Amino acid sequence: MFNTLSNLFYRRPKLLTVLLLAPPLSWIVLVYVGSLIALLIQSFYHLDDFSGTIIHEFTLSTYGELFSTSNLQIILRTISMAALVTIAASVVAFPIAYYAARFAHGKAKAMFYLAVMMPLWSSYLVKIYAWKLILAKEGIISWIANTMHISWILNAVLSLPVVGGSSLSFSYIGTFLVFLYIWMPYMILPIQAALERVPQDYVEAASDLGATPKQAFRDIILPLALPGIIAGSIFTFSLTLGDYIVPQIVGNSRAMIGQAVYTLQGTAGDIPLAAAFTVVPMIIMIFYLTMAKRLGAFNAL
Amino acid sequence: MKAIHTATLALLMGTAFWVAASASLQAADMEKELNIVAWPGYVERGESDKNYDWVTGFEKETGCKVNVKNAATSDEMVTLMNQGGFDLVTASGDASLRLIAGKKVQPIDVSKIANWANVDKRLQDAPWNTVDGKHYGTPYQWGPNVLAYNSKIFKDPPKSWSVVFEEQNLPDGKSNKGRVQAYYGPIAIADAALYLMKKKPELGIKNPYELNKDQYAAALDVVTKQRALVGRYWGDANVQVDDFKNEGVVASSSWPFQVNLLQADKAVMEKTPVASTIPEEGATGWADTTMMHADAAHPNCAYAWLNHSLDAKVQGDVAAWFGSVPAVPSACKGNELLTDGGCDTNGAANFDKIWFWRTPIGKCEAEGTCIPYSQWAKDYLAVQGK
Repeated sequence: MFNTLSNLFYRRPKLLTVLLLAPPLSWIVLVYVGSLIALLIQSFYHLDDFSGTIIHEFTLSTYGELFSTSNLQIILRTISMAALVTIAASVVAFPIAYYAARFAHGKAKAMFYLAVMMPLWSSYLVKIYAWKLILAKEGIISWIANTMHISWILNAVLSLPVVGGSSLSFSYIGTFLVFLYIWMPYMILPIQAALERVPQDYVEAASDLGATPKQAFRDIILPLALPGIIAGSIFTFSLTLGDYIVPQIVGNSRAMIGQAVYTLQGTAGDIPLAAAFTVVPMIIMIFYLTMAKRLGAFNAL
Repeated sequence: MKAIHTATLALLMGTAFWVAASASLQAADMEKELNIVAWPGYVERGESDKNYDWVTGFEKETGCKVNVKNAATSDEMVTLMNQGGFDLVTASGDASLRLIAGKKVQPIDVSKIANWANVDKRLQDAPWNTVDGKHYGTPYQWGPNVLAYNSKIFKDPPKSWSVVFEEQNLPDGKSNKGRVQAYYGPIAIADAALYLMKKKPELGIKNPYELNKDQYAAALDVVTKQRALVGRYWGDANVQVDDFKNEGVVASSSWPFQVNLLQADKAVMEKTPVASTIPEEGATGWADTTMMHADAAHPNCAYAWLNHSLDAKVQGDVAAWFGSVPAVPSACKGNELLTDGGCDTNGAANFDKIWFWRTPIGKCEAEGTCIPYSQWAKDYLAVQGK
């Protein structure tokens, strides 16, 4: 029997491919795509406020609700936070990745990998609570500022309009710092991988041709590292778009998309509006990924 | 002789076999596991303080291993019950009706629960757990949303909820802006409505959960003004404890649970001592019901727990730990941890002053139709964004 099967697959290699791909593909289509479609369909229904039940009729009124001032503010707030976190993460991560890729060798390189990965070993919630304590009014940052008599700097930062607050952990600045910390490994590692693939020969050739180190960096290294930066930015941007735990613990209670979805689908039972909110990050990420592809982030695949 | 011996032996063996079979049959009735979604502090097995343990005894007696999932908000409880995989949930009034309407919980056959007769008569047929005469769970505990305050700043307990709703200078001369908190949840609009019941009686609010258009607009206005005073709303009991300790919060609506935790911490009581009070406007509150999932995988263990949770000793222990009032009045006497005065301290006499959480629906007794909860949720999100 095995002989017959073996001969069959030899004669028809496409059949073997289909049989091997069928289980994972059907999982993706049925479980993943299927549940996404079930979610999407919910956003085309609407909630009858009076009875509190969902009316299963096609309508665009729920999407219309997304355009109310406060809901638009929620969306814009989330996008701004995601963009700022992404930009800041790339700025902070690049020097670390650069050093780890080009100047660290042997043990030092291993130490760098270890140091970058270690935060990922601890629980997500533990990290956020730890930062809440660090940023607290009675926390270590305030203590250092008071001891060094620079608390006026801290107070100036806290009194900034919009982003400040009564305490670092009650402000946008606090939320921004925690997001930056949490997604840092996801930004460092792709940049490091991209930088390691820049051959040393290119840099030497550039200096042979008369480029200053600054020119070599700007024209050779940075463009080659850009796909890595963009790959890292996909992580930070999309993860910040959907997060609802960090703003709840460190933040000023102004809702982001994730929190809006969470509140609406709970005791309020407003599944259609929650689904509509969920579709927003999906659409944003489709645009983002298309742009990233154009800029070459997936060329290495 | 031999025949008698054989007969006796047979009889003895038969009896032994029958006893073993019925014992194993009884053990087979219990499913060996039980999954409960509970408010933090409601289901303790002595891990925080070994005197507070009402789980290990239950596990030994029934063989049902209890797994507790702590949920910080009613939204989380509804989400978890929708997900499935849990047998019981200690739901508050704002979640219980949502669960019943969503058919996620099943009616309880109270004849199977021996301790049902001991439950406070006022809670047995409450509107948030009894629909069409069917009981959808057993009452567990009830209590008020107290006003917790820093007793160093407030030498006398604050008389009114205005300290958290209106901008004013507190007894230490500084503004309350950024130093007060409120509960993160659309149901908190009812607190504003309760405040208006006394402050603006001309609005005619009779029930903070049944608000017509004008009353709702006024309550929402109060909540909007409060937004400027609050640094961050609290949704997690442990986060609020930390806020009183480390963030300079001086007044907030809270549960006796947080107040107890803060008062038990000596370091806290020296630096930022905390006390609680119910101001003259009264308070909203919660009366929690242990409900059973419609598709509970371990129904026998669940019924055993429902009965166990109504045991007077358990009720008293929970009330002592959480600072709530037992659903079984006889639990107030003779409990070491609670002490005989415990129920009064926790507010047992306030039952009639408390407006228990329930989901606001469109059908109501106020003039005109009332604003339903889904609208509360949308507007609350909008206010949060200001």
